[in-house]
Amino acid sequence: MRSATPWSTVFDDVLVATGETLYMVVVSTLIAVLLGAPVGIWLQLTAPGGLKPRPVLHKVLGFVVDLGRSMPFLVLLVVLTSLTRLLLGSTIGPTAAIVPLAVGAIPFVGRLVQNVLAEVHVSVVEAAVTTGSSTLRIVRSVLLRESLPALVNAVGVTSIALLGYSAMAGVVGGGGLGDLAVRMGYQRFNDRYLWSTVVVLAIIATLIQFITNRVARGVDRRRTASV
Amino acid sequence: MITVENLTKTFPGSTGQVRALDGVNLDVAAGTVLGVVGPSGAGKSTLARCVALLERPDSGAIRVDGTDLVSLDGTALRAARRQIGVVPQGDSLLRQRTAAGNVALPLEAAGVAGPQRRTRVAELLDLVGLTDKAGSYPDQLSGGQRQRIAVARALAASPSVLLADEPTSALDPDTTGSVLTVLDRARAELGVTVLVVTHDMGVVRKICDDVAVLEDGRVVEHGKVLDLVSDATSRTASSLLPAVDQNPALEGSFDRVADVVLIGFAAVGALLPEATSRFGVELNLLGGGLTRLGETPVARFRVGLKGERADSALEWISEAGGSVRRTLSGPQGVAA
Ligand SMILES: Nc1ncnc2c1ncn2[C@@H]1O[C@H](COP(=O)(O)OP(=O)(O)OP(=O)(O)O)[C@@H](O)[C@H]1O
Ligand SMILES: [Mg+2]
Repeated sequence: MRSATPWSTVFDDVLVATGETLYMVVVSTLIAVLLGAPVGIWLQLTAPGGLKPRPVLHKVLGFVVDLGRSMPFLVLLVVLTSLTRLLLGSTIGPTAAIVPLAVGAIPFVGRLVQNVLAEVHVSVVEAAVTTGSSTLRIVRSVLLRESLPALVNAVGVTSIALLGYSAMAGVVGGGGLGDLAVRMGYQRFNDRYLWSTVVVLAIIATLIQFITNRVARGVDRRRTASV
Repeated sequence: MITVENLTKTFPGSTGQVRALDGVNLDVAAGTVLGVVGPSGAGKSTLARCVALLERPDSGAIRVDGTDLVSLDGTALRAARRQIGVVPQGDSLLRQRTAAGNVALPLEAAGVAGPQRRTRVAELLDLVGLTDKAGSYPDQLSGGQRQRIAVARALAASPSVLLADEPTSALDPDTTGSVLTVLDRARAELGVTVLVVTHDMGVVRKICDDVAVLEDGRVVEHGKVLDLVSDATSRTASSLLPAVDQNPALEGSFDRVADVVLIGFAAVGALLPEATSRFGVELNLLGGGLTRLGETPVARFRVGLKGERADSALEWISEAGGSVRRTLSGPQGVAA
């Protein structure tokens, strides 16, 4: 047995890896939400009983989304390498990992958003329809605004899921905490790396949940008013 | 004013087509209140949804101030929707918006600018008596207050027609009264034409000028409430007028027995006493009672008459504006 790596080195390595992980999670969550939310809105609009019911289109769209969701992430990582190279010219590093992370999360976000929007009561939506509001206005000021707290929660769920997946992406050259844990902790039997990455990952997940709850409560107008 | 012509709507059901509306004709004169009543499944909500332009009928026309709205699309449809204020069935307020924000929704859709919007919202909150609740969220309001805000919202864009589907179904009698008062004010102060779907004859009794009875997708009775109640055989009369019990033993001792419907202050107050004195008959009230339809007192009495000129007395009552129907159970029933 070699002597243990000094804590200061572990600390520096973990710090760098944490930065990489946060970068991957934040950017891929952002992209996944930007691209996935419209998919969710589209799914809900075309659903039977939606604002623009298109049963066949809805079925096809739903099928594609569920296909995307059922794809194992590791397979996606491999399948998307050529797309990543096309987009970024490289398949190594945190930036490259963002492509499969974001793409994999789009259908996930789509379903989450659709489920959240479906919770807005039909009589509320119909009331808006009878005011002569356009579909765009109803989506914006009724569907999205009414479900904003739940949408914030959906973003939190997505980023915690991506935190987990980013560890996996790290293994195939993405860097980050997962990579560090496997490379230094598991393969070299270095417990200091293993446990410190686990602790940091747990802290990040907890923080995301905490922030999500705060923001969700903050945007929820229902009971916060002065009577 | 609203005119519904030959409206038909079928839904695919598990056992073939369901004819929810089967050739419905209705008209509601400007500034009046029509109550649509009928048993569950009669097609009341379907009718309301068609008039609200939420459901497209298979055939027929829906005219608001003369224009047929059924075949409209796109921008024209949205513009038409602004002419019709709708209080949907159930809770329909945005929970993330204040009462004032909810009332503003149709004005935003109509592109009304900020300052005018606020003025209009204030007017409507005043109309429904909830100025002090402008900043409250729906979760902080009672059921009746929420429903009044829904009425204010429906009226915000100055529609010519107000449509309400079961606006009081979830409310207790007191709260129901406050919502009905608001509907009545809308008609009286804004001159809107109101169509209200209800299963509660109390709503008809309190605010409706006209009533339409729907059954199996057809209108089986339609007319002015006061006209319909004077016809004792109408459904409206039997559900709105005080009931009279049969009492053959008691009725046997009279020369004539009849059901008399009296409408209005003068008739209710004076007709029977005057008949008694004019014709020298003895007149007894055997049953029935007094009620009010809107502001009008209405009575239905079962009367027993004794005396030579009993027939003349009854005839005179009917000529003087009472509606007289001799009962078959009483003596001489066939002579009527
Ligand atoms: N979207 C729909 N799909 C299929 N059938 C429908 C639909 N809407 C209404 N129906 C059917 O049409 C008929 C009329 O329904 P409607 O809701 O208009 O009745 P209603 O008079 O409002 O009844 P209630 O007093 O119970 O509200 C019923 O037989 C109902 O099952
Ligand atoms: Mg109904």
